[in-house]
Amino acid sequence: MALLQISEPGQSTNPHEHRLAAGIDLGTTNSLIASVKSGLAETLPDSQGCHTLPSVVRYFANKIIVGAEAKSAATEDPLNTISSVKRYMGRGLKDIEEHGGRKPYDFVENDSAVPRIQTVAGEVSPVEVSAEILKILKQRAEASLGGSLTGVVITVPAYFDDAQRQATKDAGKLAGLNVLRLLNEPTAAAVAYGLDKKTEGVIAVYDLGGGTFDISILRLNKGVFEVMATAGDTALGGDDFDYIISKWIMQQAKISEKANDVSHHQMRRLMRDACSAKETLTHSDVAELNIELDDGSTWRGLLTQDTFNQLIAPLIQKTLLPCRRALRDAGVDASEVQSVVMVGGSTRVPSVRDKVGEFFGQKPLTDIDPDTVVAMGAAIQADALVGNKSDGDLLLLDVIPLSLGLETMGGLVEKVISRNTTIPVARAQDFTTFKDGQTAMSIHALQGERELVSDCRSLGRFTLHGIPPMVAGAARIRVTFQVDADGLLSITARDETSGVESGIEVKPSYGLTDTEIETMLRDSIENAEDDVTARMLREQQIEAERMLEALDAALADDGDLLNAEEHQKIELVANALRDIKQGNDVRAIKDAKAALDNAATEFVARRMDGNIKKALAGHNVNEF
Amino acid sequence: MAETQTHFELFELPVSFELDLQDLSQRYRELQRTVHPDKFANASEHERRLSVEKTAAINEAYQTLKSPQHRARYMLELQSVSFDNEKDTALDQDFLMEQIELRESLAELSQSDDPLANLNQIMVDIKKRITLVLDDIREQLATEQLDDKQKNSVKQLVHKMQFLNKLQQEAEYQEENLLDVI
Repeated sequence: MALLQISEPGQSTNPHEHRLAAGIDLGTTNSLIASVKSGLAETLPDSQGCHTLPSVVRYFANKIIVGAEAKSAATEDPLNTISSVKRYMGRGLKDIEEHGGRKPYDFVENDSAVPRIQTVAGEVSPVEVSAEILKILKQRAEASLGGSLTGVVITVPAYFDDAQRQATKDAGKLAGLNVLRLLNEPTAAAVAYGLDKKTEGVIAVYDLGGGTFDISILRLNKGVFEVMATAGDTALGGDDFDYIISKWIMQQAKISEKANDVSHHQMRRLMRDACSAKETLTHSDVAELNIELDDGSTWRGLLTQDTFNQLIAPLIQKTLLPCRRALRDAGVDASEVQSVVMVGGSTRVPSVRDKVGEFFGQKPLTDIDPDTVVAMGAAIQADALVGNKSDGDLLLLDVIPLSLGLETMGGLVEKVISRNTTIPVARAQDFTTFKDGQTAMSIHALQGERELVSDCRSLGRFTLHGIPPMVAGAARIRVTFQVDADGLLSITARDETSGVESGIEVKPSYGLTDTEIETMLRDSIENAEDDVTARMLREQQIEAERMLEALDAALADDGDLLNAEEHQKIELVANALRDIKQGNDVRAIKDAKAALDNAATEFVARRMDGNIKKALAGHNVNEF
Repeated sequence: MAETQTHFELFELPVSFELDLQDLSQRYRELQRTVHPDKFANASEHERRLSVEKTAAINEAYQTLKSPQHRARYMLELQSVSFDNEKDTALDQDFLMEQIELRESLAELSQSDDPLANLNQIMVDIKKRITLVLDDIREQLATEQLDDKQKNSVKQLVHKMQFLNKLQQEAEYQEENLLDVI
């Protein structure tokens, strides 16, 4: 038997190659991809030199186009050109109708919990539309960086609920991306800003984008970005400014308000003109309007800064309430906030800046580019996650934005995890049976702050099977709710009397089921004329390589936690995987990976416990 | 880290109600640096799962120790006092009467001339009461080993804190509603 090679502690066996990683800001209006190149985060341009990709997808019978070209077709082909799809992520048809009441596309109802939009290319779900945008960004990054991406970080509004986050992650998967983490947009902005300015202390990030609003209060301390509280509104943004302007134009131009009378084309033109008027007003006191009407005539008018400010005042006011709530949840006073960072294109609107400045009692910072800062922060995080960053100081501690609860008797919600709890978090709750011999149990998970089930958002129903039959009230089922670092909920259940893990079947209220995702994935691969098996094999091989590399590094650092025999046992299984991954048997590689995972269980646990001890050892109170 | 490890042991701190919060948060950050899932993004599935579990445990311990109310309750639990919320809310009559009155004044806010000013007064009042109860808890928990009578007395105080915190949340909710209208 060959001697095991052990390198000096702290040094990796093979200083691994620079891995390609990227951060993606999947925005309502525009999307961006950024990467860390020689230590600096920068956004990546397309072959024409454009950095921002309009989040617009146009469907043809036989092809799909994304970006600026699709955007310019929005008024001529409104039903096949999907924009602001982020608003529909993780939403049911009813939500979409409730939020704003305007449905610019032909939504089709079907058996799935996820609404689909009718286009010339067939029905598409918001997840698939988002995946098209992500695919383009992926291609752009791989062309620009010259290799395939190891992993990405995709940003989401901090106030996104579980269904919206899951939908975003599904879109990433569908686009063929390895999504390392979902990162909250304000946190991403704080990272880019904080590292750049070397700030410490409490900061507020006010993020008003095209369709979403977030406010986060963070404490920055030696590379640790600790979110203290977050609040927001996932259906409030620059789009609403456009909508309120277009309604004003309709009044002025005497275009009938009745929905049927306004054609899709007219509405799209109005929104486009409203948006450009809004942009004009960021640097001018008045915007000229030339509105093309359906009858071919033109209406001319002026929108002054004052009128605009009056129109949007209630919308800005709507953002200040979450600001107040976030400060209170964070337990800080507005005067303790050292700086207010403005993020998102809508913070270019002068009266937004004024009102936010008034609220926090200080001039907000606008010297960073509000459009790119989120993508750059995500790139920095992605770089750290793939293991490129030598400076291991960066640590992001985020929170869950909305409370998680369960339906109890009488349509009431019992909170299990309250909002602004640091994630990951796990809480266990015990349940018992209601009837003699009951073997299954249903748990309805909800998200929100209110007491009534009807006022909260349904996340899904989890059905537990295999409870041993007993008299009513005798069973003790411990259900554990776990929210991971992406802010995603998972539920496990265990019968405490028998120690048996109960099976759980999940029916998401607004999400895709695993089967639906698999079908979409297969379809998309087939469409791309990609070889499904080859892709799956390659994925397994890469994962196996990564696993072996990580193990080698761990053994090099902490091999002394094992005795010779244990060491040998792990090496044996690792070598088996090394051999098998050279072949082309996907199943065998999977099994060998599982075997290694299993063999290393004890080592991994000892290692983590050892590290926990080490973390506090050598420090005493005075040192801190 | 065995199952039986207490939150205090995890942070390598003595069991005490008096706690230097700054020191606690420093220790918390040190622990987070070693186990957080961001440090295991490329690790095996098992390792990632373990990291989420450990981090969740550290978060839980931190949240418990950070809050005086939760810390007090936890210290009692370490001394085998059980909190079966439904059954033992035998609080003294005076306290319960006060609670009812405070709740009523919250409910009647909207009918008053200056709801916000009134609410502000109520909130200041609640805060004062919380501080008083906390002082009591601190004093009683200074004793290392509590006898049954003392345990019961602290338990009552923890229950009072729960009432007051609920009330405070209710007041905050009312404030949001009032501000929303304005």
